[in-house]
Amino acid sequence: MSAVLNKRNIIILFVLVSLVFPLITTNTYLIHVMTLAFIWMIGVYGLNLLAGYTGYLSLAHAGFFAIGAYGLGILTVKAHMSFWLAFVLSLLITGLLGLIVGLIALRSKEHFFAIYTLCLGYIIYLVIDKWESLTEGVRGLIGIPAPQGFGPIKFETEKSHYYLVLFFLLLVILVMYRIVHSLSGRSFIAIRNSEDLALTIGISTARNKLTVFVLSTLFAGLSGALYASFVRFIGPDIGNTAVIFDMLTYLIVGGIGTLTGPLIGTLLVIWLSQLLQDFQQYRMLIFGPLLTLLVIFYPRGIVGGVTDIYRKRMAKKEKQLAGKKDSYIQSDLGAKNQVKEG
Amino acid sequence: MDILIQQLFNGLTIGSVYALVALGLTLVYGILHIPNFAHGALYMMGGYITLTMMTKFGLHYWIAIFVSIIVVGFIGVLMERLVFHPLRESPPIQDKIAAIGILLFLEAFAQYTWGAEYQSMPSPYGQVVEVFGLTLTMQRILIVVAAVIVMILLNLFLRKTYTGSTIIAMSQNREGANLVGINTTRVAMLTFMISGGLAAIAASISAPINLVFPGMGQLVILKAFVIIILGGMGSIPGAIVGGYIIGFSESLGATYISNDYKDIIAFFILVIILTVKPTGLFSKGGH
Amino acid sequence: MIFLETKNLTKKFGGNVAVNNVDFTVEKGKINAIIGPNGAGKSTFFNLISGFHSPSSGQVIFKGQDITKLPSNKIAELGVARTFQTTNLFDQATVLDNVIVGHRLRTKSNLFDAILRTSRLKREEEQCREKAMEVLEFVGLEHLAGKLAGGLTQEEKKRTAFALALATDPEIVFLDEPAGGVNPSETDGLAELMQKMVDKGITVCLIEHKMQMIMRIAHKIMVLNYGEKIAEGRPDEIRNNETVIKAYLGGSASA
Repeated sequence: MSAVLNKRNIIILFVLVSLVFPLITTNTYLIHVMTLAFIWMIGVYGLNLLAGYTGYLSLAHAGFFAIGAYGLGILTVKAHMSFWLAFVLSLLITGLLGLIVGLIALRSKEHFFAIYTLCLGYIIYLVIDKWESLTEGVRGLIGIPAPQGFGPIKFETEKSHYYLVLFFLLLVILVMYRIVHSLSGRSFIAIRNSEDLALTIGISTARNKLTVFVLSTLFAGLSGALYASFVRFIGPDIGNTAVIFDMLTYLIVGGIGTLTGPLIGTLLVIWLSQLLQDFQQYRMLIFGPLLTLLVIFYPRGIVGGVTDIYRKRMAKKEKQLAGKKDSYIQSDLGAKNQVKEG
Repeated sequence: MDILIQQLFNGLTIGSVYALVALGLTLVYGILHIPNFAHGALYMMGGYITLTMMTKFGLHYWIAIFVSIIVVGFIGVLMERLVFHPLRESPPIQDKIAAIGILLFLEAFAQYTWGAEYQSMPSPYGQVVEVFGLTLTMQRILIVVAAVIVMILLNLFLRKTYTGSTIIAMSQNREGANLVGINTTRVAMLTFMISGGLAAIAASISAPINLVFPGMGQLVILKAFVIIILGGMGSIPGAIVGGYIIGFSESLGATYISNDYKDIIAFFILVIILTVKPTGLFSKGGH
Repeated sequence: MIFLETKNLTKKFGGNVAVNNVDFTVEKGKINAIIGPNGAGKSTFFNLISGFHSPSSGQVIFKGQDITKLPSNKIAELGVARTFQTTNLFDQATVLDNVIVGHRLRTKSNLFDAILRTSRLKREEEQCREKAMEVLEFVGLEHLAGKLAGGLTQEEKKRTAFALALATDPEIVFLDEPAGGVNPSETDGLAELMQKMVDKGITVCLIEHKMQMIMRIAHKIMVLNYGEKIAEGRPDEIRNNETVIKAYLGGSASA
């Protein structure tokens, strides 16, 4: 129970700090970096929902991020559509493509799925790179408009953009929180745990996996659309595998399959990368081995590691209490348990 | 007609390189059942080490390749010891992520050490020869011949020597191999060594006609994955046949379909295979 | 009406016949057992009934309905539950959390209910939680509900697996080696639990190697050898059956 409170506290703390952050700093650069971090978090949540909660590692999510971004870019710049219409449409396009890809890709499992999605991601990248009449190829799409304002609210300053992105991020966190703590979320975790077992308790694994896949591509698409409207310029590189590996790093550092992992991991890695300055292009000299070490020693990242330590301490306390009780109620069983666990 | 024959020969060259990379990948998959996403990084390291040995230390091409085989083979063994061995009981998602971590590290390492720019590798076999009216470079002929020799040697090693047969035994049945007293740890290390060595050879013989750069392994490894899915994960003949199939379809596709999209061809083949049969071609039925 | 039966059930893997032409009827409200030497096709037989493998030929009929072609999750919805030899629990979650999802198939709430937190979802969550507590109590683990599944003993894991199967509200449960890897006194406890399920009206069908236990609790036994049914009957009939004795002796001699 305290673990849940813990999780809730981290989120509340995050909400409070992120709300006041632009008020305490006047440095627009910091606000810029923070906004980008929030945008990535949304994509990382998408990856987490799929890889963390159903166990399917998709390496095509940079592709879906790029589809969201290019969807918005092409619809506004080339089709001259109004911003929010293009925004909604680009999400629908991403979701629809996610549905089609999911129907095929989810027939395969484990490494087949990972390889399949890695190749699919590459196809998406290559199509963006080569289909010049639509995407402008390597030249990139320039002049993507900032989000349209609602009445007096405008999104032209860094600060207002920051709050817009934060709004979407909080929405995503709320959705994630509710899904993970619902019966649907329990079904997803059952699938990750053992697909065979999930089937025998009557869970339609195919339908659940497809739902999760589409939703996670929607998150990636949302992240991409927000990126395009924030950075205002996009090139094929945003669909490159380097992007998915960055997202994966944020997720693994924070904690895959945890609710607060994407928040903590993304913030930490992005700010650490900022500190590296000129060394930034070589950041994987540090984060690459970190990724490997975490998977070996703390597979559920910082959040999972802290939870485990906390739980172990609680268990020890409980055992001390239980040990006393057992000694005169059920000495036989208690002693046996202690030998096994201790 | 000339173009066709020229392209068929190109397909043979590319296919030889793919087959060598795919062989290393499929050997490791056969033994440990892990898709080694870092295999492309081993290929890239192979290219750089040969290049460095030649340019910095003035070694002869063949000696440089030999050093490269040893070094990359050793990196492979280190990977097995430090990363995949500790993870052998973990859920399958973890060794993939760990491999990606290694891949990212090695690419950043190469960029840090050798720079991000594309480098060309000098080869003593730059001369052009005419064979049956075809204009070929010696290097391309060398790629095909060297690849075939390596494949024959590998096959002899696996079939005719005791050590080689332990690799086959273990890929067929790990528990069984353990029971009959095969040292599975040693076999796993050896397999990684061979796998790294094959990647180094492939990179070193193809680098003179391509280029050496930190991301040179990315596309090759993706295609190698397609190849071993095509040929059956863990199958040695499958990797060779698959390598040539992809090599030919690419070189022909580049000429007759579109040069821009030639890299996509392999992935379309994959999409079709996995759409029809989600567990890959030639996978064992039942479980 | 026959409760559950298989007709000419056959499964081939490549050239090997794992299950060959097996006719079997399960007696309702009783403990049914399937025994046989290693590799006799017992687990495959279970996998065929629960929809994990589709048979090469033959039928599975449950309460008059042909379920041969149904996917596993649909079979579970009809009231057929099963456990596995190895119990795959989610170690980082509590026993209760592991079992709650077992009742998911009796609920209707979807992703939209989850995102909007509708009253239907809340009601169904409560329903699943109550069900989970009820079955944990039934298997005698209510005191461990809050404990992490990773810290359970082998016997407690088996009981949790039973609870998970029972949470699906089954009419019949198939138990694959329910007493595998537990000590004799714990085996007795598990045997009692199976008896308790039958008393509650749930039909039990199990695969087991522990012959003493089978002979004591089973009402009916089928013996498989090399995928074929070689005997079927009451425990005392099986005990004195020549073919069965031969199969077991032959099996142990060659093993």
